[in-house]
Amino acid sequence: MSTEKNVITITELTRQIKQSLETSFPRIWVEGEISNFKQHTSGHLYFTLKDEGAQLPAVMWRSRVASLTFPPEDGMKVIARGSITVYPPRGSYQLDVEQIQPLGIGELQLAFDRLKQKLAAEGLFDPVNKKPIPEFPDCIGIITSETGAALQDIRSVLSRRHPSVEVILASVRVQGAGAAEEIAEAIEHMNHYGGIDVLIVGRGGGSLEDLWAFNEERVARAIYASKIPIISAVGHEIDFSIADFVADLRAPTPSAASELVVRDRTELLEDIGNLCYTMRGAIDTQISSFRGRVASLLTSYSFNRPRDLVREFSQRVDEIDRSLGVSFNHIAGTALHRYDSLKHQLQALNPHGVLKRGYSIVRKEGRIVSSAWSLHQGDEAEIQFHDGTISVQVEKGK
Amino acid sequence: MAAKKLDKNSLEHSLKRLEEIVESLEHGDVALDDAVNLYEEGIRISKECAEKLRSTELKIKKLSKGIEGQFTLNESDEV
Repeated sequence: MSTEKNVITITELTRQIKQSLETSFPRIWVEGEISNFKQHTSGHLYFTLKDEGAQLPAVMWRSRVASLTFPPEDGMKVIARGSITVYPPRGSYQLDVEQIQPLGIGELQLAFDRLKQKLAAEGLFDPVNKKPIPEFPDCIGIITSETGAALQDIRSVLSRRHPSVEVILASVRVQGAGAAEEIAEAIEHMNHYGGIDVLIVGRGGGSLEDLWAFNEERVARAIYASKIPIISAVGHEIDFSIADFVADLRAPTPSAASELVVRDRTELLEDIGNLCYTMRGAIDTQISSFRGRVASLLTSYSFNRPRDLVREFSQRVDEIDRSLGVSFNHIAGTALHRYDSLKHQLQALNPHGVLKRGYSIVRKEGRIVSSAWSLHQGDEAEIQFHDGTISVQVEKGK
Repeated sequence: MAAKKLDKNSLEHSLKRLEEIVESLEHGDVALDDAVNLYEEGIRISKECAEKLRSTELKIKKLSKGIEGQFTLNESDEV
């Protein structure tokens, strides 16, 4: 029995393992998902990092917890830096964590911040470079996925508010490889196509990775270069994308973008009705003011002067007429009176009057005989009475 | 390349013109003959606008670019 078993104590073994492990993995980066996360009252963090095939207990001492930039939680994928330590009392090894970064998000966030800074420095976000959104676009370009919820939302809002608008869709992938290129190209195409008044570029909500295309420089530059005003409508209400900063207007969701881009048709028709009403009122006012002016002209002194003159003249004519009448009557009356008296005088001198009183006229051979001496015996004479003439023969002369 | 629609026909242009007309009429310094003409123009424009807004079905056309760089518009299927 010369074979002597090389027996060592557990403590010794553990010491050797500890030394071996700790020197082999002095400072490493490991990637895994957090589970069994616990924050002890002492302030130390205890959790397990795992992937599909294995798990690794981890501890983060209180002194290092302060350096965390985010609150770790179960299910979170992280990259942890630390060293492997062995805890002899339990015969277990664990990761002594110095630092944790969220996996992926950390790098994306970093890229986001870098790009945001760079583009801001170039002036891509300056308000002075923002184009005004047309108030009443006739044609709206939409850049999104034709199978996405965003298009449905836009369709339903536009149908409700303003269905007479023309909508042109450029269907693009909005996430995954190539999405940024497709979005940027679609913006360029819309510009080349022409006739589009405003563009809505966006997609429904999703994780930061899902929305990532809208944080790409290619998309930001295409938005900036667009001659057509662009409304960004990238899913999430809260988070801003780079596209949101460059766009001429940022809408929190595709539905909100649609609300912003068109006026409600009913309201618009009401406005038009009001404009017509105002117009009608204005022209009525003007016409009645003209009526008033005409009426006041009609009653004005100057306008009525000619009529007054006519009236005055007419009055004068009447007066003259009247005085003429008076004079005429007077003259005529006098004349008539004279005529009457002359007539009487004449009548008095009329021989017939004398004859009537019994006198007669004697004529011989047509001549009046005024002396008895003119008639001799046997002369023929005529005697005129007032009522006739007789012939006589003188019997005896003087 | 689709021809850019005449600005004159756009709703925006029509409404701007209508507002201008209303403003001139309200200002009241337009000769009556001109005012009546403006009023008639305004009524015509308002009818045109209402006509434009009357369409009740939203149409979405799909823009695609051919291999030779030409654009085509297709009536979009119900998507």
